[in-house]
Amino acid sequence: MTDPIAWLILLPLFWATAAFLLGPGRGARLAIAALLAQCGLALQLAADVIDGGARTHAVGGWGAPLGIDLAVGGLSALMLVLTQAIALPLAVYARAYFADGAPAVRYFWTLTGFLLAGLNALFLAADLFNLYVTLELVGLAAVGLVAAGGSARQVAAALRYLFAALVGSVMYLLGVALIYGAHGTVSLQTLAPLVDARAPAAVWIACGLMLAGLMLKTAIFPFHYWLPPAHGGAPAPVSALLSALVVKASFYLILRLSLEVFAPLAATAATALGLLGAAAIAWGSWQALRTVHIKMLVAWSTVAQLGYLFLVFPLLAPDGLALQAGVMQAIAHGLAKAAMFAAVGVLMLATGRDTLEGLAGVAGRMPLTLFAFGLAGVTLMGLPPSGGFLAKWLLIEAALTHGQWGWVAVVIAGGLLAAAYVFRVLRQAFLLAPADSPFHPVPRSMEWTAFVLATASMLLGLQGVELMSLLAAGS
Amino acid sequence: MALNEALILAILASSLVPGLIIFVLAESRIRLRTTLNLFGAVAKLILVGVLLAGVSAGEIYGFRHTVLPGLDLVVKADALALLFATLSAVLWLFTTLYAIGYLEGSPHRSRFFGFFSLCVTATMGIAMAGNLFTFFVFYELLTLATYPLVVHRGTPQAMRGGTVYLAYTLGGGALLLTGIVWLHGLTGSVDFAHGGYLSALGPDYGGQLQFVFLLLIAGVGVKAALVPLHGWLPQAMVAPAPVSALLHAVAVVKAGAFGVERIVYEVYGVEFAQSLDLLTPLAAVAAVTIVWGSFRALFQNDLKKRLAYSTVSQVSYIVLGTALFGPVGTVGGLVHLVHQGIMKITLFFCAGNYAETLGVHKVSELDGAGRRMPLTTLAFSIAALGMMGAPLTAGAVSKAWLLDGAAEAGMHWAGWVLWTSSVLNAAYFLPILWRAWARPAPAVWPEERVPARGRIETLWLLLLPPLATAIMTIAAAVFADSAWSPLAWARLIAAREYSGAMP
Amino acid sequence: MSGGMIFAGAGAVLFTMGLVGVVLIGPLLRRILAFNVMGSGAFLVLVGLAQRDGGADPVPQAMVLTGIVVAVASTALALALARRLHRLTGRTTLSATDDD
Repeated sequence: MTDPIAWLILLPLFWATAAFLLGPGRGARLAIAALLAQCGLALQLAADVIDGGARTHAVGGWGAPLGIDLAVGGLSALMLVLTQAIALPLAVYARAYFADGAPAVRYFWTLTGFLLAGLNALFLAADLFNLYVTLELVGLAAVGLVAAGGSARQVAAALRYLFAALVGSVMYLLGVALIYGAHGTVSLQTLAPLVDARAPAAVWIACGLMLAGLMLKTAIFPFHYWLPPAHGGAPAPVSALLSALVVKASFYLILRLSLEVFAPLAATAATALGLLGAAAIAWGSWQALRTVHIKMLVAWSTVAQLGYLFLVFPLLAPDGLALQAGVMQAIAHGLAKAAMFAAVGVLMLATGRDTLEGLAGVAGRMPLTLFAFGLAGVTLMGLPPSGGFLAKWLLIEAALTHGQWGWVAVVIAGGLLAAAYVFRVLRQAFLLAPADSPFHPVPRSMEWTAFVLATASMLLGLQGVELMSLLAAGS
Repeated sequence: MALNEALILAILASSLVPGLIIFVLAESRIRLRTTLNLFGAVAKLILVGVLLAGVSAGEIYGFRHTVLPGLDLVVKADALALLFATLSAVLWLFTTLYAIGYLEGSPHRSRFFGFFSLCVTATMGIAMAGNLFTFFVFYELLTLATYPLVVHRGTPQAMRGGTVYLAYTLGGGALLLTGIVWLHGLTGSVDFAHGGYLSALGPDYGGQLQFVFLLLIAGVGVKAALVPLHGWLPQAMVAPAPVSALLHAVAVVKAGAFGVERIVYEVYGVEFAQSLDLLTPLAAVAAVTIVWGSFRALFQNDLKKRLAYSTVSQVSYIVLGTALFGPVGTVGGLVHLVHQGIMKITLFFCAGNYAETLGVHKVSELDGAGRRMPLTTLAFSIAALGMMGAPLTAGAVSKAWLLDGAAEAGMHWAGWVLWTSSVLNAAYFLPILWRAWARPAPAVWPEERVPARGRIETLWLLLLPPLATAIMTIAAAVFADSAWSPLAWARLIAAREYSGAMP
Repeated sequence: MSGGMIFAGAGAVLFTMGLVGVVLIGPLLRRILAFNVMGSGAFLVLVGLAQRDGGADPVPQAMVLTGIVVAVASTALALALARRLHRLTGRTTLSATDDD
């Protein structure tokens, strides 16, 4: 009963339900307390994995064919730690953000709890079908969060997102069906030795369907269309959760499946995935350079940054550089994007405007928040000493070792483009403020949580060894 | 942690920690902020002094932190590092004093001094970086930390200058990164070493190494303002005077020049670089920059812009010295790193004084400034004469070594380049001196802000730093043969880079 | 062709039809129905392919049951959102302009 694996799923389910019954006020306090515990659990689990390697947990003691198995390895432990570490500061942030009783708050804590339960379960799932269920859970909770504000724009964005998510998961489900038809099992562990390069057509099709479905959910170019309105239109804490964690979940799945089960088939699509990643970087950055809404800028930047994750696939090799790069990028971007949305939320509350123009002069008025935005921006640009820098370094090194020059150029150009759109914001902030611009004070706790997240994304670059040893553990 | 590790981290912390505290200070806490600034600057100076004594006694200071398997962050103090570190620490103290006076009463001072301290930290990190990876980390940190200083005033020109600055430096950083990762892939994580470490790779890699050299030099060449990568420097002159003084005369451009030295001496090794035919093209680029910078300076009426083009030219003396194969040229380049810093910072301090006291920004407005501000103009004159290479100034010492170095390397054309530049220097500095001393003062200065009170022509805090650095300009020449002069230290370094005897 | 394969084939056809519908159809209600057709197709394939020696395999049956529950929930959410959108804007389609 004391296994952290089970509690990481049960605890958020519990506080999500309790928050629904207790209302947002007490629900928020409960959520923060529970998230503290979840952080502890995730760290304990990571320590276990480092010491004892990967392990499984039979839910309720039933065991695989009859019951459900959960499994944890280095990669999943890392993602679990990341999820709790981002969720906790965001919860503190959200409590202050929703303090004025905005309509979105009524369901925020409940939906966030379900979202986190779904994410944790997804990282722990050990078979293809449970992955489908957790994907749906995550998707539905995320759609709910986008719509929770209740405005027409948010509802439309949520619907758009919902259709993308549903189509994505049904495609994935059809893939699962074909796999089951071919091999009679959905357990990742059992499947891994069964799939090889001479797989029957059904398995190839299944692999393609699952990949396409997950790409739709990850919002990789050209499936990104739903992301900017959903992430750009939601309240700031929701955008932060979605951009930092939810899209990473489906990326995690693609990465895990292509490393474990479909490794023999994955090489076929690798170059295409890399090219899509490059296109995402170019298109996302371009849109971020053009938009006039500050939150849309951050959302488009997510589209671009997801592109880096897909550059990993053509470079996957036994030396592990590309895998490390991808994981580092996922973590660094998660922290930085959470910080960035949080900071933008603060800036928008303070200035009462949602355009870049409205930011003139915030450098003088809210230096801490702008600093947080800047630090997060440094991570996105991939400048040292941030985690994003290490990711970029590893990617370039992987590309150079394999003599694949094109990807080096993509990574470098992507960094410069990121600098261009991040400095669009910073530049505006340093301008002199118009004398009559209104300014509303914002709770300090919001400024500080944004800053903590940004600092974490920065200091990550100094702690690469620990992360990589966890990643290597049990894989 | 060993004492030696703690010492070297303390050098970084002595500006980083006050900087971070200053960020969160309220604008009105002037006294606390000033105390913190001065405490940091003095502490750093003392620490650098301790390290200087230690290193000349053969002590080893280093700190290593592994950020990824096979990737180390290394900070160490060797003779070359301390040359740059000492320069930065000394000039930081003076510039801090100057900035306190200069910015009195202006807004956003906490932000200014916070980023200022970060810049110094980055410069120290660049000086003491123990490998290319660490060098790059601090190099980019310097770019980021200087941006808010360049745009500090928040005016449209400042913004434009800042954007140009970023475009150049981030672009250069990208090239540098590519080159560094490439080398890392070839050799793994290797520390800077006397005589370089790439010669061990063997002749098969010659072509690759030449290309990587191009990437690296283009990367650091942006900050060193090598033509045609120099366009940002005159634009960045929109920054407040202390920023132009320390950062664009010392920290940023020197970071580039210092990078060239590290790459040539301790990555490639000067002998190996010569065998790859890399030094002659480098010398050619430096020569072009020297002449072009001086030439452009002739036509600038804005005083700070004229100084900026002069910087473009003078920094390449250092690069030229590096590219002259032979210990004498090396000494010339190294010693000019220090001498140019002292002289140029004096000039920028003085330019700031004219602007702050009289509202004079243009060369054409300087008529009679010597009578109104004799001490400032005296300091300016000493430094300007030094730039020309007049006897008894630091400039004469570096130029003599560079000329001998050119002769020793058999590159006589380099000698002619230096002479041409001296003539051009005279052509753009002497008219300024003439105007300031010989022409009558106007009845009304453009914008006189600080009234003269007897002998004191402006604020004490603005006057002391240029006088001090002007005295150093002379002292560096008069006491060049003493054991603690920049020249002596440069010879010590050169002796370690070449396998031969001390020049 | 065995009975199972007929189910699977029909499922594939339904899935494709549904997919085309979700992508191409404008009115929200029909799009939601199209999604359900798509889902049913996937369930049919799952059940149809998993015939073991003429008998039914219980594991995919259980999976389909779970899938149906998920699909019902998703459909309910989609309908609620579509109704909300209708109430707020009077529209029953997603327009291209509400992104910005």
